[in-house]
Amino acid sequence: MRAATTEPRGVRGLLILLALGWLGLIILLPLFVVFTEALGKGAGAFATAITQPDAIASIKLTLLTAALVVPFNCLFGTAAAWAVAKHDFRGRDLLVSLIDLPFSVSPVVAGLMFVLLFGANGWFGPWLMAHGIRIMFAVPAIVIATAFVTFPYVARELIPLMTAQGRAEEEAALTLGANGLQTFWHVTLPNIRWGLLYGVLLTNARAMGEFGAVSVVSGHIRGLTNTMPLHVEVLYNEYNFVGAFAVASLLAFLALVTLAAKTVLEWRHHDALAANGH
Amino acid sequence: MPGLGLTLGMTLLWLGLMVLLPLAAVIVRSFGLGPAHFAEVAFSARALAAYRLSFGAALVAAGVNALFGLLIAWVLVRYDFPGKRLASALVDLPFALPTAVAGIALTAIYANTGIVGRPLAMLGIKLAYTQAGVVLALVFIGLPFVVRTVEPVLADLGRDIEEAAATLGAGRLAIFRRVLLPEIAPALLTGFALAFARGVGEYGSVIFIAGNMPYSTEIAPLLIVAQLEQFDYEGATAIAAVMLAVSFALLAAINLIQARERTWRNGQ
Repeated sequence: MRAATTEPRGVRGLLILLALGWLGLIILLPLFVVFTEALGKGAGAFATAITQPDAIASIKLTLLTAALVVPFNCLFGTAAAWAVAKHDFRGRDLLVSLIDLPFSVSPVVAGLMFVLLFGANGWFGPWLMAHGIRIMFAVPAIVIATAFVTFPYVARELIPLMTAQGRAEEEAALTLGANGLQTFWHVTLPNIRWGLLYGVLLTNARAMGEFGAVSVVSGHIRGLTNTMPLHVEVLYNEYNFVGAFAVASLLAFLALVTLAAKTVLEWRHHDALAANGH
Repeated sequence: MPGLGLTLGMTLLWLGLMVLLPLAAVIVRSFGLGPAHFAEVAFSARALAAYRLSFGAALVAAGVNALFGLLIAWVLVRYDFPGKRLASALVDLPFALPTAVAGIALTAIYANTGIVGRPLAMLGIKLAYTQAGVVLALVFIGLPFVVRTVEPVLADLGRDIEEAAATLGAGRLAIFRRVLLPEIAPALLTGFALAFARGVGEYGSVIFIAGNMPYSTEIAPLLIVAQLEQFDYEGATAIAAVMLAVSFALLAAINLIQARERTWRNGQ
């Protein structure tokens, strides 16, 4: 006899099948297609596509962008979490909402905001032009737009974690004579390192994959301001499908590595991430 | 606790320069248009068609995701089956996969030469380059929002109320509808709203599969891009201001649902 709080075997099987079928159709099939399209014309065509000078330039630009944005957001995200989770001050809830704000702005609107600041008709455009500083349609704008869309990830991971861990350990360290930086380095950081790594993974994935915001500010100059996702679009619009899917498959591989690392973190360090419900 | 001045200063500096200043640029610029001109460019026939598509498709997709997201969360929490951990990890793929990659993959699948598109085309059904294509892309993007919001709430539900209901003679379906669903409704609504909010602003995954014809398959973010390409900064700014206003209203609504749910739970 089955328990009164579960379903008959047949219903269970049907629901599982339906859920897995939907996951297969909506999630797994697109992933599968990226790799089959990329390798559809053979490994040679794939290798040629990803070693084109423009493709290499886009890979370099994407790596450069992530290398600049991730440490920057790590630092500011950790600072924000320290301020919010370890102190009481007025307007704290408002500050947390403001930190989350970039998540609710459409990527295209995010890109537009920086056009209105740094573009030729923007607030700082004429001044920048007079001083020969190029931000718009160049690497700085790509980095700034990426930093905007990825800012909340680290902070949003660390704030609930550091709040749940409380302040007792830090207070003990301070009482024993440690200064603020020593306390952070030897007490707080070991406690939050897995959460921080989790935030870094998400930041990196979004930084390398961001499309809308970067698309608006980049100017699409081949070999100069095209990141990998933008290069995928250019190749696709030229009907170079093998090339587009070859570059896309590198990004899809990165997404799989991110997912795998994230899953391992969730299994191994469940307790250290527990405050966030992972 | 030391370091408040330094860390709060850094946070405020960053927020001011990177978030508030750019937002102010959009808001001040759109106020600079004057109400009559603003209304003219923000609510032109083409812009209205774009909003209708962006909001309509996001609404339908969020509805589909609420249904299947609940199903997937239910199966992941309640049942054991081989490959469960893999399935659970895969749910997050739309968070990790760059939107442009998703866009070209979905187009390859649903175009009339694709694995799903071809059989559908023989039945006379066309998904790619139509409004249905937009919904499809938003279903992909929004699924994890519902699953990840509902899953923890479902896992925390005690079995005692279900047992009580069963003892009193309720069937499984009645228990689900009248006991479980009211418990998970706030989380489901939050997931729905999150998926909707994300769908309204989504760009990368949609533009490849949408067809992008003004008045029929052009989403609002694409219209902003189109106007920027024609150096129509006023039009782009006005539409962006409308979208920002809607995003903030949605954000406020989501916060309200979560706050009410928290007080309700604490009150119990």
